[in-house]
Amino acid sequence: MNYLAAHPARVLGLAAAHAGLVGTAIAAALVIALPLGIYAARRPRVAALLLGALGALYTIPSLALLAVLVRWLGIGYWPVFVALVAYAQFMLARNIVAGINGVDPAQVDAARGLGMSSFEILRRVELPQALPVMLGGVRVAAIAMIAIATLAGYVGGGGLGVLIFTGLALHNNAMIVAGSISAALLAIAVDGALRTVESVARR
Amino acid sequence: MNGAAIRFDDVCVRYANADRDAVANVTFEAQPGELVVLLGPSGCGKSTLLRTVNRLAPVSSGAVYVDGRDVAQSDPVELRRRVGYAIQAVGLFAHMTVAENVGVVPSLLGWPREEIEARVDELLALIGLEPSRYRVRRPRQLSGGEAQRVGVARAIAAKPGALLMDEPFGAVDALVRGSLQRELARIVRELGTTTLFVTHDVEEALGLADRIVVMREGRLEQAATPLEILERPATPYVRDLVHAGDAVYRDYFLHARDLLRAQAQQ
Repeated sequence: MNYLAAHPARVLGLAAAHAGLVGTAIAAALVIALPLGIYAARRPRVAALLLGALGALYTIPSLALLAVLVRWLGIGYWPVFVALVAYAQFMLARNIVAGINGVDPAQVDAARGLGMSSFEILRRVELPQALPVMLGGVRVAAIAMIAIATLAGYVGGGGLGVLIFTGLALHNNAMIVAGSISAALLAIAVDGALRTVESVARR
Repeated sequence: MNGAAIRFDDVCVRYANADRDAVANVTFEAQPGELVVLLGPSGCGKSTLLRTVNRLAPVSSGAVYVDGRDVAQSDPVELRRRVGYAIQAVGLFAHMTVAENVGVVPSLLGWPREEIEARVDELLALIGLEPSRYRVRRPRQLSGGEAQRVGVARAIAAKPGALLMDEPFGAVDALVRGSLQRELARIVRELGTTTLFVTHDVEEALGLADRIVVMREGRLEQAATPLEILERPATPYVRDLVHAGDAVYRDYFLHARDLLRAQAQQ
Protein backbone atom coordinates (compact mmCIF):
# COMPACT_ATOMS: atom_id res chain seq x y z
CA MET A 1 0.00 0.00 0.00
CA ASN A 2 3.04 2.27 0.19
CA TYR A 3 2.82 3.16 -3.45
CA LEU A 4 -0.83 4.05 -3.18
CA ALA A 5 -0.16 6.36 -0.26
CA ALA A 6 2.80 7.99 -2.00
CA HIS A 7 1.15 8.60 -5.40
CA PRO A 8 -2.63 8.93 -4.83
CA ALA A 9 -3.10 11.34 -7.75
CA ARG A 10 -1.37 9.03 -10.21
CA VAL A 11 -3.32 5.99 -9.04
CA LEU A 12 -6.59 7.90 -9.13
CA GLY A 13 -5.84 9.17 -12.61
CA LEU A 14 -5.12 5.66 -13.86
CA ALA A 15 -8.25 4.35 -12.13
CA ALA A 16 -10.33 7.04 -13.84
CA ALA A 17 -8.84 6.12 -17.21
CA HIS A 18 -9.54 2.46 -16.43
CA ALA A 19 -13.17 3.17 -15.53
CA GLY A 20 -13.51 5.39 -18.61
CA LEU A 21 -12.23 2.64 -20.89
CA VAL A 22 -14.58 0.05 -19.39
CA GLY A 23 -17.53 2.48 -19.36
CA THR A 24 -17.26 3.48 -23.00
CA ALA A 25 -16.67 -0.14 -24.03
CA ILE A 26 -19.84 -1.23 -22.14
CA ALA A 27 -21.84 1.55 -23.80
CA ALA A 28 -20.57 0.57 -27.25
CA ALA A 29 -21.16 -3.11 -26.49
CA LEU A 30 -24.77 -2.40 -25.52
CA VAL A 31 -25.38 -0.59 -28.80
CA ILE A 32 -24.50 -3.88 -30.54
CA ALA A 33 -25.92 -6.36 -28.03
CA LEU A 34 -29.35 -4.73 -27.61
CA PRO A 35 -30.59 -5.16 -31.19
CA LEU A 36 -28.97 -8.62 -31.39
CA GLY A 37 -30.55 -9.75 -28.12
CA ILE A 38 -33.95 -8.28 -28.92
CA TYR A 39 -33.93 -10.00 -32.29
CA ALA A 40 -32.86 -13.35 -30.82
CA ALA A 41 -35.38 -13.26 -27.97
CA ARG A 42 -38.39 -15.51 -28.65
CA ARG A 43 -36.48 -17.00 -31.60
CA PRO A 44 -34.89 -20.05 -29.97
CA ARG A 45 -32.94 -21.13 -33.06
CA VAL A 46 -31.48 -17.66 -33.62
CA ALA A 47 -30.70 -17.34 -29.92
CA ALA A 48 -28.87 -20.69 -29.86
CA LEU A 49 -26.79 -19.68 -32.88
CA LEU A 50 -26.05 -16.19 -31.60
CA LEU A 51 -25.15 -17.19 -28.06
CA GLY A 52 -23.13 -20.13 -29.37
CA ALA A 53 -21.06 -17.83 -31.55
CA LEU A 54 -20.66 -15.16 -28.86
CA GLY A 55 -19.82 -17.86 -26.32
CA ALA A 56 -17.09 -19.17 -28.59
CA LEU A 57 -15.72 -15.65 -28.93
CA TYR A 58 -15.79 -15.37 -25.15
CA THR A 59 -13.63 -18.46 -24.71
CA ILE A 60 -10.71 -17.00 -26.70
CA PRO A 61 -7.98 -16.16 -24.15
CA SER A 62 -7.80 -12.41 -23.76
CA LEU A 63 -4.06 -12.20 -24.29
CA ALA A 64 -4.35 -14.14 -27.56
CA LEU A 65 -7.20 -11.96 -28.81
CA LEU A 66 -5.28 -8.84 -27.85
CA ALA A 67 -2.20 -10.04 -29.72
CA VAL A 68 -4.24 -10.40 -32.90
CA LEU A 69 -5.92 -7.04 -32.40
CA VAL A 70 -2.62 -5.26 -31.80
CA ARG A 71 -1.30 -6.58 -35.11
CA TRP A 72 -4.41 -5.22 -36.75
CA LEU A 73 -5.04 -1.95 -34.87
CA GLY A 74 -1.59 -1.16 -33.48
CA ILE A 75 -0.85 -0.61 -29.82
CA GLY A 76 -2.77 1.77 -27.58
CA TYR A 77 -6.40 2.23 -26.61
CA TRP A 78 -8.24 0.71 -29.57
CA PRO A 79 -7.22 -2.97 -29.47
CA VAL A 80 -8.26 -3.17 -25.81
CA PHE A 81 -11.49 -1.31 -26.51
CA VAL A 82 -12.39 -3.72 -29.32
CA ALA A 83 -11.49 -6.75 -27.19
CA LEU A 84 -13.69 -5.52 -24.34
CA VAL A 85 -16.63 -4.86 -26.66
CA ALA A 86 -16.24 -8.36 -28.10
CA TYR A 87 -16.04 -10.07 -24.71
CA ALA A 88 -19.02 -8.18 -23.30
CA GLN A 89 -21.30 -9.35 -26.14
CA PHE A 90 -21.84 -12.81 -24.68
CA MET A 91 -22.83 -11.67 -21.19
CA LEU A 92 -24.96 -8.77 -22.42
CA ALA A 93 -26.78 -10.65 -25.19
CA ARG A 94 -27.37 -13.69 -22.97
CA ASN A 95 -29.08 -11.60 -20.31
CA ILE A 96 -31.09 -9.54 -22.80
CA VAL A 97 -32.43 -12.75 -24.34
CA ALA A 98 -33.09 -14.31 -20.93
CA GLY A 99 -34.73 -11.15 -19.64
CA ILE A 100 -37.16 -10.84 -22.54
CA ASN A 101 -37.89 -14.58 -22.67
CA GLY A 102 -38.60 -14.48 -18.96
CA VAL A 103 -41.56 -12.12 -19.41
CA ASP A 104 -44.83 -13.94 -18.66
CA PRO A 105 -46.34 -15.06 -22.02
CA ALA A 106 -49.83 -14.21 -20.71
CA GLN A 107 -48.76 -10.58 -20.39
CA VAL A 108 -47.49 -10.58 -23.96
CA ASP A 109 -50.72 -12.20 -25.19
CA ALA A 110 -52.75 -9.63 -23.25
CA ALA A 111 -50.62 -6.80 -24.64
CA ARG A 112 -51.15 -8.01 -28.20
CA GLY A 113 -54.86 -8.61 -27.62
CA LEU A 114 -55.30 -5.12 -26.17
CA GLY A 115 -53.82 -3.61 -29.31
CA MET A 116 -50.13 -3.01 -28.73
CA SER A 117 -47.91 -3.16 -31.80
CA SER A 118 -44.80 -5.34 -31.61
CA PHE A 119 -42.72 -2.25 -30.85
CA GLU A 120 -45.11 -1.12 -28.12
CA ILE A 121 -45.03 -4.60 -26.55
CA LEU A 122 -41.24 -4.40 -26.53
CA ARG A 123 -41.09 -0.88 -25.12
CA ARG A 124 -44.00 -0.96 -22.70
CA VAL A 125 -43.98 -4.57 -21.47
CA GLU A 126 -40.91 -6.61 -22.37
CA LEU A 127 -38.01 -4.20 -21.87
CA PRO A 128 -39.25 -2.72 -18.56
CA GLN A 129 -39.65 -6.20 -17.13
CA ALA A 130 -36.40 -7.49 -18.61
CA LEU A 131 -34.49 -4.50 -17.23
CA PRO A 132 -33.29 -6.02 -13.93
CA VAL A 133 -31.96 -9.13 -15.71
CA MET A 134 -30.35 -6.97 -18.39
CA LEU A 135 -28.70 -4.82 -15.72
CA GLY A 136 -27.40 -8.03 -14.14
CA GLY A 137 -25.68 -8.76 -17.44
CA VAL A 138 -24.17 -5.28 -17.51
CA ARG A 139 -22.88 -5.75 -13.97
CA VAL A 140 -21.26 -9.13 -14.64
CA ALA A 141 -19.79 -7.83 -17.91
CA ALA A 142 -18.44 -4.70 -16.22
CA ILE A 143 -16.64 -6.68 -13.54
CA ALA A 144 -15.09 -9.07 -16.05
CA MET A 145 -14.08 -6.12 -18.21
CA ILE A 146 -12.39 -4.30 -15.34
CA ALA A 147 -10.14 -7.33 -14.95
CA ILE A 148 -9.50 -7.77 -18.67
CA ALA A 149 -8.85 -4.05 -19.10
CA THR A 150 -5.68 -4.32 -16.98
CA LEU A 151 -4.14 -5.80 -20.15
CA ALA A 152 -4.35 -2.32 -21.61
CA GLY A 153 -1.31 -1.54 -19.46
CA TYR A 154 0.64 -4.10 -21.51
CA VAL A 155 -0.20 -2.66 -24.91
CA GLY A 156 -0.06 1.05 -24.15
CA GLY A 157 -3.78 1.53 -23.58
CA GLY A 158 -3.47 3.09 -20.13
CA GLY A 159 -5.40 2.31 -16.98
CA LEU A 160 -4.44 0.51 -13.78
CA GLY A 161 -2.65 -2.21 -15.77
CA VAL A 162 0.12 0.33 -16.30
CA LEU A 163 1.07 -0.02 -12.62
CA ILE A 164 1.01 -3.81 -12.80
CA PHE A 165 3.10 -4.15 -15.93
CA THR A 166 5.50 -1.33 -15.02
CA GLY A 167 5.89 -2.92 -11.60
CA LEU A 168 6.64 -6.27 -13.23
CA ALA A 169 9.27 -4.68 -15.47
CA LEU A 170 10.89 -2.79 -12.60
CA HIS A 171 10.51 -5.59 -10.03
CA ASN A 172 8.57 -3.07 -7.97
CA ASN A 173 6.16 -5.14 -5.90
CA ALA A 174 4.51 -2.12 -4.31
CA MET A 175 3.45 -0.90 -7.75
CA ILE A 176 2.07 -4.29 -8.72
CA VAL A 177 0.09 -4.52 -5.51
CA ALA A 178 -1.18 -0.95 -5.88
CA GLY A 179 -2.42 -1.66 -9.41
CA SER A 180 -4.02 -4.97 -8.49
CA ILE A 181 -5.73 -3.73 -5.37
CA SER A 182 -7.01 -0.61 -7.10
CA ALA A 183 -8.49 -2.70 -9.91
CA ALA A 184 -10.13 -5.00 -7.36
CA LEU A 185 -11.54 -2.04 -5.42
CA LEU A 186 -12.87 -0.53 -8.64
CA ALA A 187 -14.60 -3.84 -9.45
CA ILE A 188 -16.13 -4.04 -5.98
CA ALA A 189 -17.35 -0.44 -6.17
CA VAL A 190 -18.90 -0.93 -9.62
CA ASP A 191 -20.51 -4.18 -8.49
CA GLY A 192 -22.06 -2.47 -5.48
CA ALA A 193 -23.29 0.51 -7.48
CA LEU A 194 -24.88 -1.64 -10.19
CA ARG A 195 -26.46 -3.96 -7.62
CA THR A 196 -28.15 -0.91 -6.13
CA VAL A 197 -29.41 0.18 -9.55
CA GLU A 198 -30.67 -3.36 -10.16
CA SER A 199 -32.63 -3.54 -6.93
CA VAL A 200 -34.20 -0.16 -7.67
CA ALA A 201 -35.20 -1.42 -11.13
CA ARG A 202 -36.68 -4.56 -9.59
CA ARG A 203 -39.15 -2.59 -7.50
CA MET B 1 -70.99 3.11 -26.47
CA ASN B 2 -73.44 0.77 -28.14
CA GLY B 3 -72.58 -2.82 -28.75
CA ALA B 4 -71.19 -3.90 -32.10
CA ALA B 5 -72.63 -6.87 -33.94
CA ILE B 6 -70.16 -9.73 -34.36
CA ARG B 7 -70.89 -11.97 -37.33
CA PHE B 8 -69.17 -15.22 -38.25
CA ASP B 9 -69.71 -16.19 -41.85
CA ASP B 10 -68.71 -19.80 -42.64
CA VAL B 11 -65.49 -19.39 -40.67
CA CYS B 12 -62.76 -22.03 -40.93
CA VAL B 13 -59.42 -21.97 -39.18
CA ARG B 14 -56.77 -24.51 -40.06
CA TYR B 15 -53.33 -24.39 -38.54
CA ALA B 16 -50.31 -25.59 -40.47
CA ASN B 17 -49.59 -29.30 -39.87
CA ALA B 18 -53.05 -29.87 -38.35
CA ASP B 19 -55.03 -32.87 -39.58
CA ARG B 20 -58.38 -31.13 -39.15
CA ASP B 21 -59.77 -27.62 -38.99
CA ALA B 22 -59.55 -26.04 -35.53
CA VAL B 23 -62.75 -24.22 -36.47
CA ALA B 24 -64.96 -25.59 -39.23
CA ASN B 25 -67.72 -23.71 -41.07
CA VAL B 26 -69.04 -21.72 -38.14
CA THR B 27 -71.81 -19.26 -38.93
CA PHE B 28 -73.68 -17.19 -36.37
CA GLU B 29 -74.19 -13.62 -35.32
CA ALA B 30 -74.00 -12.01 -31.91
CA GLN B 31 -76.48 -9.14 -31.79
CA PRO B 32 -75.42 -5.75 -30.41
CA GLY B 33 -75.41 -5.95 -26.63
CA GLU B 34 -75.81 -9.71 -26.54
CA LEU B 35 -73.79 -11.92 -24.18
CA VAL B 36 -72.94 -15.07 -26.12
CA VAL B 37 -71.16 -17.93 -24.38
CA LEU B 38 -69.02 -20.26 -26.46
CA LEU B 39 -69.26 -23.60 -24.68
CA GLY B 40 -67.42 -26.85 -25.19
CA PRO B 41 -64.60 -29.05 -23.92
CA SER B 42 -60.99 -28.03 -24.36
CA GLY B 43 -59.82 -28.41 -27.94
CA CYS B 44 -63.30 -27.82 -29.39
CA GLY B 45 -62.16 -24.60 -31.10
CA LYS B 46 -64.05 -22.12 -28.93
CA SER B 47 -60.96 -20.12 -27.98
CA THR B 48 -59.70 -20.17 -31.54
CA LEU B 49 -63.07 -18.91 -32.77
CA LEU B 50 -62.94 -16.13 -30.18
CA ARG B 51 -59.44 -15.15 -31.25
CA THR B 52 -60.48 -14.77 -34.90
CA VAL B 53 -62.50 -11.71 -33.84
CA ASN B 54 -59.42 -9.68 -32.91
CA ARG B 55 -57.18 -11.45 -35.41
CA LEU B 56 -55.10 -13.31 -32.87
CA ALA B 57 -56.09 -16.41 -34.85
CA PRO B 58 -56.03 -16.37 -38.66
CA VAL B 59 -59.17 -17.18 -40.63
CA SER B 60 -58.45 -19.68 -43.42
CA SER B 61 -61.77 -19.22 -45.17
CA GLY B 62 -64.99 -17.38 -44.50
CA ALA B 63 -65.02 -14.02 -42.73
CA VAL B 64 -65.62 -12.37 -39.38
CA TYR B 65 -67.37 -9.01 -39.22
CA VAL B 66 -67.30 -6.59 -36.30
CA ASP B 67 -69.80 -3.76 -36.67
CA GLY B 68 -70.25 -4.79 -40.30
CA ARG B 69 -66.54 -4.51 -41.09
CA ASP B 70 -64.54 -7.55 -42.20
CA VAL B 71 -61.78 -7.89 -39.63
CA ALA B 72 -59.41 -9.14 -42.33
CA GLN B 73 -59.66 -5.65 -43.87
CA SER B 74 -58.96 -3.92 -40.55
CA ASP B 75 -55.57 -3.00 -39.16
CA PRO B 76 -55.07 -5.56 -36.36
CA VAL B 77 -53.69 -3.06 -33.83
CA GLU B 78 -56.50 -0.58 -34.44
CA LEU B 79 -59.08 -3.40 -34.39
CA ARG B 80 -57.82 -4.75 -31.05
CA ARG B 81 -58.09 -1.34 -29.41
CA ARG B 82 -61.80 -1.30 -30.32
CA VAL B 83 -62.40 -4.83 -29.03
CA GLY B 84 -61.88 -5.63 -25.34
CA TYR B 85 -59.87 -8.72 -24.43
CA ALA B 86 -59.66 -10.57 -21.11
CA ILE B 87 -58.05 -13.98 -20.57
CA GLN B 88 -57.88 -16.64 -17.89
CA ALA B 89 -54.24 -15.94 -17.10
CA VAL B 90 -55.27 -12.25 -16.78
CA GLY B 91 -51.83 -11.07 -17.86
CA LEU B 92 -51.81 -7.89 -15.82
CA PHE B 93 -48.57 -6.04 -16.54
CA ALA B 94 -46.44 -6.78 -13.50
CA HIS B 95 -44.37 -3.59 -13.62
CA MET B 96 -47.39 -1.28 -13.79
CA THR B 97 -49.80 -0.19 -11.10
CA VAL B 98 -53.45 -1.19 -11.18
CA ALA B 99 -54.30 2.29 -12.51
CA GLU B 100 -51.71 2.01 -15.29
CA ASN B 101 -52.98 -1.43 -16.21
CA VAL B 102 -56.59 -0.28 -16.42
CA GLY B 103 -55.61 2.83 -18.37
CA VAL B 104 -53.36 1.09 -20.87
CA VAL B 105 -55.69 1.06 -23.89
CA PRO B 106 -56.91 4.66 -23.38
CA SER B 107 -53.25 5.62 -23.12
CA LEU B 108 -52.46 3.77 -26.37
CA LEU B 109 -55.38 5.63 -27.95
CA GLY B 110 -53.87 8.93 -26.80
CA TRP B 111 -56.61 10.01 -24.41
CA PRO B 112 -55.73 13.11 -22.36
CA ARG B 113 -54.30 12.26 -18.93
CA GLU B 114 -57.19 13.69 -16.90
CA GLU B 115 -59.67 11.68 -18.95
CA ILE B 116 -57.70 8.47 -18.36
CA GLU B 117 -57.49 9.14 -14.62
CA ALA B 118 -61.22 9.81 -14.41
CA ARG B 119 -61.99 6.68 -16.42
CA VAL B 120 -59.75 4.54 -14.20
CA ASP B 121 -61.52 5.76 -11.06
CA GLU B 122 -64.89 5.15 -12.66
CA LEU B 123 -63.93 1.59 -13.63
CA LEU B 124 -62.39 0.70 -10.28
CA ALA B 125 -65.59 1.84 -8.61
CA LEU B 126 -67.59 -0.16 -11.14
CA ILE B 127 -65.72 -3.39 -10.31
CA GLY B 128 -65.96 -2.72 -6.61
CA LEU B 129 -62.33 -1.84 -5.85
CA GLU B 130 -61.96 1.40 -3.87
CA PRO B 131 -59.94 3.64 -6.26
CA SER B 132 -57.99 5.44 -3.53
CA ARG B 133 -56.76 2.10 -2.16
CA TYR B 134 -56.27 0.13 -5.36
CA ARG B 135 -54.93 2.64 -7.90
CA VAL B 136 -51.33 2.40 -6.75
CA ARG B 137 -51.23 -1.32 -6.01
CA ARG B 138 -49.13 -3.67 -8.08
CA PRO B 139 -50.66 -6.80 -9.61
CA ARG B 140 -48.73 -9.03 -7.18
CA GLN B 141 -50.53 -7.30 -4.30
CA LEU B 142 -53.95 -8.41 -5.58
CA SER B 143 -55.90 -11.56 -4.77
CA GLY B 144 -56.88 -13.83 -7.67
CA GLY B 145 -60.41 -12.43 -7.74
CA GLU B 146 -59.21 -8.83 -7.61
CA ALA B 147 -56.75 -9.47 -10.44
CA GLN B 148 -59.54 -10.93 -12.58
CA ARG B 149 -61.67 -7.86 -11.92
CA VAL B 150 -58.85 -5.55 -12.90
CA GLY B 151 -58.41 -7.65 -16.06
CA VAL B 152 -62.06 -7.05 -16.92
CA ALA B 153 -61.77 -3.32 -16.16
CA ARG B 154 -58.70 -3.10 -18.40
CA ALA B 155 -60.62 -4.86 -21.20
CA ILE B 156 -63.53 -2.41 -21.13
CA ALA B 157 -61.54 0.75 -20.32
CA ALA B 158 -61.71 2.31 -23.77
CA LYS B 159 -65.44 1.56 -24.05
CA PRO B 160 -65.14 -1.12 -26.72
CA GLY B 161 -68.24 -2.08 -28.63
CA ALA B 162 -67.28 -5.74 -28.32
CA LEU B 163 -65.67 -7.69 -25.53
CA LEU B 164 -63.87 -11.02 -25.84
CA MET B 165 -63.39 -13.10 -22.70
CA ASP B 166 -61.51 -16.39 -22.66
CA GLU B 167 -62.37 -18.21 -19.43
CA PRO B 168 -61.81 -14.97 -17.54
CA PHE B 169 -62.86 -16.49 -14.22
CA GLY B 170 -61.28 -19.90 -14.73
CA ALA B 171 -58.51 -19.39 -12.21
CA VAL B 172 -60.54 -18.35 -9.16
CA ASP B 173 -62.41 -20.48 -6.65
CA ALA B 174 -66.11 -21.21 -7.07
CA LEU B 175 -67.31 -18.69 -4.48
CA VAL B 176 -65.41 -15.76 -5.99
CA ARG B 177 -66.36 -16.92 -9.46
CA GLY B 178 -70.05 -16.66 -8.64
CA SER B 179 -69.74 -13.06 -7.53
CA LEU B 180 -67.54 -12.20 -10.52
CA GLN B 181 -70.15 -13.69 -12.85
CA ARG B 182 -72.91 -11.64 -11.28
CA GLU B 183 -70.84 -8.49 -11.58
CA LEU B 184 -69.89 -9.20 -15.16
CA ALA B 185 -73.53 -9.81 -16.11
CA ARG B 186 -74.44 -6.50 -14.50
CA ILE B 187 -71.59 -4.55 -16.08
CA VAL B 188 -71.92 -5.73 -19.68
CA ARG B 189 -75.70 -5.31 -19.62
CA GLU B 190 -75.29 -1.84 -18.19
CA LEU B 191 -72.76 -0.91 -20.87
CA GLY B 192 -74.53 -2.72 -23.70
CA THR B 193 -71.23 -4.26 -24.82
CA THR B 194 -71.55 -7.23 -27.14
CA THR B 195 -69.70 -9.99 -25.33
CA LEU B 196 -68.29 -13.32 -26.43
CA PHE B 197 -67.44 -15.43 -23.42
CA VAL B 198 -65.54 -18.72 -23.70
CA THR B 199 -65.97 -21.40 -21.05
CA HIS B 200 -66.05 -25.17 -20.60
CA ASP B 201 -68.18 -24.71 -17.48
CA VAL B 202 -71.81 -25.59 -18.27
CA GLU B 203 -73.15 -23.93 -15.13
CA GLU B 204 -71.32 -20.72 -15.95
CA ALA B 205 -72.71 -20.79 -19.50
CA LEU B 206 -76.29 -21.44 -18.41
CA GLY B 207 -76.08 -18.74 -15.78
CA LEU B 208 -74.49 -15.98 -17.83
CA ALA B 209 -75.56 -16.35 -21.43
CA ASP B 210 -78.22 -14.66 -23.45
CA ARG B 211 -77.33 -17.28 -25.99
CA ILE B 212 -75.05 -20.31 -25.88
CA VAL B 213 -73.03 -21.58 -28.82
CA VAL B 214 -72.13 -25.21 -28.17
CA MET B 215 -69.03 -26.34 -30.03
CA ARG B 216 -67.53 -29.73 -30.69
CA GLU B 217 -64.41 -30.53 -32.68
CA GLY B 218 -64.43 -27.14 -34.36
CA ARG B 219 -68.08 -27.29 -35.36
CA LEU B 220 -71.08 -25.45 -34.08
CA GLU B 221 -73.50 -27.96 -32.56
CA GLN B 222 -76.22 -25.61 -31.45
CA ALA B 223 -76.69 -21.88 -30.95
CA ALA B 224 -79.68 -21.17 -28.73
CA THR B 225 -80.82 -19.62 -25.48
CA PRO B 226 -80.04 -21.54 -22.28
CA LEU B 227 -83.70 -22.45 -21.95
CA GLU B 228 -83.88 -23.84 -25.49
CA ILE B 229 -80.64 -25.75 -25.00
CA LEU B 230 -82.04 -27.36 -21.88
CA GLU B 231 -85.45 -28.07 -23.35
CA ARG B 232 -84.60 -28.88 -26.95
CA PRO B 233 -80.95 -29.93 -27.26
CA ALA B 234 -80.19 -30.24 -30.98
CA THR B 235 -77.93 -33.27 -30.72
CA PRO B 236 -77.24 -36.09 -28.25
CA TYR B 237 -73.88 -34.42 -27.60
CA VAL B 238 -75.55 -31.22 -26.46
CA ARG B 239 -78.03 -33.15 -24.38
CA ASP B 240 -75.28 -35.04 -22.55
CA LEU B 241 -73.20 -31.89 -22.11
CA VAL B 242 -75.95 -29.95 -20.36
CA HIS B 243 -77.66 -32.93 -18.67
CA ALA B 244 -80.83 -31.85 -20.48
CA GLY B 245 -82.58 -35.10 -19.64
CA ASP B 246 -82.19 -34.46 -15.94
CA ALA B 247 -85.23 -32.44 -14.91
CA VAL B 248 -83.97 -31.71 -11.41
CA TYR B 249 -80.71 -30.42 -12.73
CA ARG B 250 -82.50 -28.28 -15.31
CA ASP B 251 -84.91 -26.73 -12.83
CA TYR B 252 -82.05 -26.06 -10.49
CA PHE B 253 -80.23 -24.05 -13.12
CA LEU B 254 -83.24 -22.20 -14.37
CA HIS B 255 -83.92 -21.19 -10.79
CA ALA B 256 -80.30 -20.21 -10.18
CA ARG B 257 -80.39 -18.19 -13.37
CA ASP B 258 -83.45 -16.25 -12.32
CA LEU B 259 -81.77 -15.49 -9.02
CA LEU B 260 -78.69 -14.30 -10.85
CA ARG B 261 -80.73 -12.03 -13.10
CA ALA B 262 -82.63 -10.62 -10.15
CA GLN B 263 -79.40 -9.82 -8.35
CA ALA B 264 -77.90 -8.32 -11.46
CA GLN B 265 -80.82 -5.96 -11.75
CA GLN B 266 -80.49 -4.65 -8.21
